[in-house]
Amino acid sequence: MAKHRGRGVATINYPIGMNLGGDPSQALVHSNPTGKFTVSLSSIDLGQGMKSVTRQICAETLGVPVEDVYVDTADSDTGPHCMGSFASRGTHRVGNAVMVAAREARAVMMEAAAEELEVDPGDLETDGRGAIHVKGAPHRSISVRDVAIAAQFRQGKTISGRGIFLVPLSDVDPETGEMSPATCYAHACLIAEVEVDDETGDVTVLKMTSTYELGRAINPKLVEQQLVGGSWMGMSHALFETAEPYYPDTREGPRDFNEYLMPGPGDICPHDIVVLERPAPDGPFGAKGPGEMCANPVLPAIANAVFNAVGVRVNELPITPEKVLRALKARPASVGR
Amino acid sequence: MLELRKDIFADERDDNLKEVGRPTQRQDMLGHVTGTSAYYDDHRFANLLHLKVLRSPHAHARIRSIDVEAAARAPGVKRIIRAADVPVNLNTLLSLIQFGKDDEPSLASDVVRYQGEPILAIVATSERAAREALALVRISYDPLPAVFDVEQALKPDAVSVNPAYPKNTFEYHGKYDHQKLRFGDVEAAFAQADMVLEDRYQMSPIEHAPTETNGSIAVPDTNGRFTVHTSTQALFFSLDTAAKINAMPSNQLHFIGGTVGGGFGGKVDTLTEPLAILAARLTGAPVRYRMSRHEEMQFGSPRGAERIYIKDGVMRDGRIIARKATAYFDSGAYTRLSSYAVVKCVAHIPGPYTIPNVHADVFCVFTNRTPATAMRGFGVTALDFALECQMDKDAVAIGMDPLEFRMLNAYRDGDMKAHRREAKNCALIECAQVAAEKANWPLREEFRRMSSRTARPGARAAPPQPVSPQSARAPQRISYERPAVSAPRPADTPAPPARTEPPAPPPGATHGARRFSSVFGTRRR
Amino acid sequence: MKAPIQFRLNGEETATFADAGANLLDVLREAVGDLSVKGGCWQGTCGTCTVLVDGAPRLSCITLAESCAGKSIETVAGLRRGADLHPLQTSFMEHFAAQCGYCTPGMLMAAKALLDRNLNPTRAEVVDAICGNICRCTGYEPIIAAILEAARLEASLGANQRRA
Repeated sequence: MAKHRGRGVATINYPIGMNLGGDPSQALVHSNPTGKFTVSLSSIDLGQGMKSVTRQICAETLGVPVEDVYVDTADSDTGPHCMGSFASRGTHRVGNAVMVAAREARAVMMEAAAEELEVDPGDLETDGRGAIHVKGAPHRSISVRDVAIAAQFRQGKTISGRGIFLVPLSDVDPETGEMSPATCYAHACLIAEVEVDDETGDVTVLKMTSTYELGRAINPKLVEQQLVGGSWMGMSHALFETAEPYYPDTREGPRDFNEYLMPGPGDICPHDIVVLERPAPDGPFGAKGPGEMCANPVLPAIANAVFNAVGVRVNELPITPEKVLRALKARPASVGR
Repeated sequence: MLELRKDIFADERDDNLKEVGRPTQRQDMLGHVTGTSAYYDDHRFANLLHLKVLRSPHAHARIRSIDVEAAARAPGVKRIIRAADVPVNLNTLLSLIQFGKDDEPSLASDVVRYQGEPILAIVATSERAAREALALVRISYDPLPAVFDVEQALKPDAVSVNPAYPKNTFEYHGKYDHQKLRFGDVEAAFAQADMVLEDRYQMSPIEHAPTETNGSIAVPDTNGRFTVHTSTQALFFSLDTAAKINAMPSNQLHFIGGTVGGGFGGKVDTLTEPLAILAARLTGAPVRYRMSRHEEMQFGSPRGAERIYIKDGVMRDGRIIARKATAYFDSGAYTRLSSYAVVKCVAHIPGPYTIPNVHADVFCVFTNRTPATAMRGFGVTALDFALECQMDKDAVAIGMDPLEFRMLNAYRDGDMKAHRREAKNCALIECAQVAAEKANWPLREEFRRMSSRTARPGARAAPPQPVSPQSARAPQRISYERPAVSAPRPADTPAPPARTEPPAPPPGATHGARRFSSVFGTRRR
Repeated sequence: MKAPIQFRLNGEETATFADAGANLLDVLREAVGDLSVKGGCWQGTCGTCTVLVDGAPRLSCITLAESCAGKSIETVAGLRRGADLHPLQTSFMEHFAAQCGYCTPGMLMAAKALLDRNLNPTRAEVVDAICGNICRCTGYEPIIAAILEAARLEASLGANQRRA
């Protein structure tokens, strides 16, 4: 007849991209007549911020402000092939393809600027604010806008680029399972604190503390969106959700959101998040991808916290009050914390 | 809320960036808050028709007879589509990458294998008219025995679910009904272990439950092409799948999407596009096939349930010396993507730990339920649940702090992994250290000094068996050239650099962070 | 059989024809062409389709269109104040309170219903106002923060700067 607190931890890693590779993405980058860039993709934004991440990567690589880049997606007539948005591959694969395309476009842009300024392209740098100037002599400068006009109307150059990024497909050994699953992995440690009511079996998540290592946070606010949203989904998965409450019996599957339970805004808890960055050698600016891993550690952390709180292990998800109570009842009376 | 620890691994990064690393506003945010972001269904067409499918009420049954006469005469009905109308009715999603046999019909013809399997489609002037016509279809079934449990399905006398895989498992490498992982000798290690602990872990199927359901609109366009507005997560994957099923050249299809109301893996299966396109071809009109929420919940592909058995051999000093995993992926009636997830699961075993003896068998099993598909963490989520609960169980059994136990066994740069690749770019230890510090989880000094970048003494890097020949890996284009690190790495990693406490945020800061966060642009490096 | 129906939509007199028994969501999207309202479940359980009818939040997917005749309906398409965004919209943007954006129109209308009658809500009152709106992406925290901030912004504006 009491509420018991407990803490549980989980540490995980997560492979970036489709297993074994073989999942290419392509990108096209081109400038309009006045130096504004379009990234043409067929990649999908599900809400994870694909359009925004690729925009920042393109702007950084080109050396122009992000306001001068627009990501256009998804149209199979204009966007080159992308395998799709899944397997935490977007930032890594599409981001890399965008970088390759932007590098090519940048090279043409610098050539065109060099011709206008009558220097070598190697003598020039972009200022990230829409201009290109001679290194060490910022007054000798030309706007990206003027470079684009000159390139297209006088020099006959196209400030554009193409990119593809492919991790070559790996074999799998039939006898040993030897394979190259991924080229980089993200990491996480998550600690969940729960309160378990030993009379109702209710598990309340009080707090989460986590540290994620993601290679490079291309946009920390988008990373935060994933990690906060994902931890909610993890809590939901651990405690609430089931499409077959009596699995493997298929009875009583939910038909609507009254029957399919998920935590609401009153069920959420504070979540302290720290992000580390150990760049992946083949990630765009070292970036990996947090999109899927952010739910995973929550499930076992909560299960472990329940054990820490009341000494029972529920190994079948979701951890419903019924399962907690049954486990408590099955426990020998003498077992303490 | 989110804090960036730029000091850790700083020597491996060049942080001199202008746009990358900034909390720039999303390109689509204005559209979202003004209701102008255009999802697939935010396109209107004159004379739009609506497609609804008739779904099997039985988990396994032979279709004895179908009579659509009354339905065909119902008000608003323009066309009824049957299995025979589908140009290439049998497909498997991964045939696009040559993995697996074509096993799933777009419309069932003689046998239905899961409750909810589509049998025919009705195209009508409204969804209501389509549903009312569906209710007029006379269809009779001979129910067949069904199997729902993955281990039951593997028994020799089990009901056969999927004729392409009569023993109810996907076939790997043309000879095995599972994917293997073999590294070292687990049985010898179990015999040596101080403790052997095993347990069983069971996931539940769950819904993706995006707020936008699966759907697409196929529109006859000029020049004999079809434009398809779609909620897919994978534009060309869906286009090519739809082209194959419709026996159309791929450039006759123009797929438009890219703004999706949540996916989480549930919008890869291309459930609506092929039939919507076929209906548009057969009627000459734009056709929308939109899943209702009821359909999405009951018949849309779920995350498949996995059943995982873990057996660990642990030494009292904290080392895990053996890990054996047997796992069963419940693929439902057809393969879809589960065959791939099994291999990804094997790739993930034994977790981010260096364990010298590892053995795994993972199965893709067919049962008479809705085919499963990818969901956030496909192939990994269930395994992480099992592994991390097991880690906790191991730690408690030997009386070691659960976090220190993980750190002791954590993989580090240069360790050999169970699939015979060298661990690189590791950071599990650092994540544990920082999280522990943040949560006031005490760690002994030795653990606070650990590093992913320092190899442990001993032959951790040597593989236990000769490495089998592997295909030559093409040199990968490196997209990010890091500047050469000028300072040599110290042989002994010192304690993590002390953090200088930044000044307190100005009074009245509204975001509530108790420490400076570089997310809000208030910390200078 | 379609019957005429008339109501005020975002301040404008609007007339259209609707099938008997048609729900407000379908009428707004299909007949009137206001695509800013989204449908999530068509069962009245997710809140995605929330609009305001005479100031009160309603699930448009289970509201009979004909019951709204002569009433004032507000959708997110009418939330802006001319060229300016409503403080809720600004605040959602600043707090990154949307990812896929599909729940956002309904969420904004539920929040507006709260702020239209209470410019100093507690966190619990905000939670109560949006507890009928499912979000699958954000985990709700940034949405709650955005609404609290918008309330502060609204309260600091003069009454004549807010739409009546």
